[in-house]
Amino acid sequence: MGPIVPDMTVERWLEAAVADAHRRGLPELKPLLEALAKAMCALRAADFNDAANR
Amino acid sequence: MGVDLLTIQAFGHKLRAREISAAEMTDECLARIEADNARLNAFILVMADQARRQARDADRELASGRDRGPLHGVPVSIKDLFDIRGTATTAASRVREGHVAERDAPVVAYLRQAGAVLIGKTNLHEFAFGTTNEDSAFGPSRNPHDPTRSPGGSSGGSAASLAAGMALATLGTDTGGSIRIPAAACGTVGLKPTYDEVSREGVVPLSPTLDHVGPLAQSVTDAWYVYHALLGRAASPPLSAAPPSGLRLALPRTYFCDVLDEEVRARFEASLDALGRAGARIDETEIRHAGDIAPIYLHISFGDAAAYHATMLDTMADRYTPPVRLRLEAARYILAEDYVRALAGREVLRREVDAALAGYDALVVPTLPIPAPPLGASSVQVGAKMEPVRNLMLRLTQLFNLTGHPAISLPCGRTSAGLPCGLQLVGARMQTEALLRVALACEEHVG
Repeated sequence: MGPIVPDMTVERWLEAAVADAHRRGLPELKPLLEALAKAMCALRAADFNDAANR
Repeated sequence: MGVDLLTIQAFGHKLRAREISAAEMTDECLARIEADNARLNAFILVMADQARRQARDADRELASGRDRGPLHGVPVSIKDLFDIRGTATTAASRVREGHVAERDAPVVAYLRQAGAVLIGKTNLHEFAFGTTNEDSAFGPSRNPHDPTRSPGGSSGGSAASLAAGMALATLGTDTGGSIRIPAAACGTVGLKPTYDEVSREGVVPLSPTLDHVGPLAQSVTDAWYVYHALLGRAASPPLSAAPPSGLRLALPRTYFCDVLDEEVRARFEASLDALGRAGARIDETEIRHAGDIAPIYLHISFGDAAAYHATMLDTMADRYTPPVRLRLEAARYILAEDYVRALAGREVLRREVDAALAGYDALVVPTLPIPAPPLGASSVQVGAKMEPVRNLMLRLTQLFNLTGHPAISLPCGRTSAGLPCGLQLVGARMQTEALLRVALACEEHVG
């Protein structure tokens, strides 16, 4: 998808991804994208990612 | 199940004593396929004529004094992710319609050279992208111990074929546990060798950095034979067990024993007790970042799968089973920056597993936190909580795909409902042979 918005927080990513999925006629992706967002949060919160954008 | 299962080792003794021929053994496997495949759906393609021809050739060779080694005349099934020349490699998907392999994958060629009889190609979770075998263009495979349940996956048809006596060994792939999970669910041995040790050429990929090729077999000794054949060594070196009294095992109890079905826990603890009584020393250890395994694995496996499937999703999305298509579409939203974070986490985990193994022969953990789940279940109860099946299935195996350490699942008893449980041993990287020796020492005590 590339950089959808300049400051890619998980919340903004999820909003943009769900909107894109709707545009593509795949609204059923929403729960999978929400699960992916949780995994992104966990990954970015890991202590080996101290510099990550949370 | 009521089927007498013959090991490769036992068949070899009978074959060389002229008590059974390769043709008779092959006919017996084909008869079991004929009787049970409609119920279990283990095979996508049964290669009866070719198999009978190969078996007769094997018998003629042996009669003329040519013995190719332990796999001579042994019926072996192949997950339908491997190329066998002249046959379709379907990956259990309509996306692959019309495909015909021009040549054998090197591992298939090695099995032929070792004298194996290729009896057919087995069902799997579509493109190996799942752990229950429910999503296949050919319908789900079923567990021989209870056909209302999953055989595990993605090499579920392979494990079912082995557990039902339709083959004496089978070839699988393992990206997050796809050899070890079905081995545990069906009560067989399943070996994931060290990463990159066995060729993946001619195998439909899921994630090139996580994919491993390996055998499922009835015993550690049988797995040893097939493993060496997969390396192109038809003549296996002799296998001798490490003495159980000197074994040093390490158990990372936190995370690996946090979420377990109570009967699985009981079988695992009983196995540890038995190993302890046999003289093994079992110390507790820790994988500090174990809580990060799932998100790291998800980002790498999804990112890799999305890259491989992008063009097919754009051009023939309707040919995928809907659940696999949706998960692959979701995978396309992984961000590069998160993929890179996951790669950093993978290195941390690799170092932690190396450290946990220092001074020990193997790590010991359960393979699968639950018995084989019912087909169609998206979640199951573990203790007081409902847990997603997918998370549970991968929970205890995916770490060692991330780190590349060799790992083997051994049967370790059954639940009160007769469903198999698995115990996993994990060895040092590039020490698969040493791991197999440890597994042989443990096998009789945990089974």
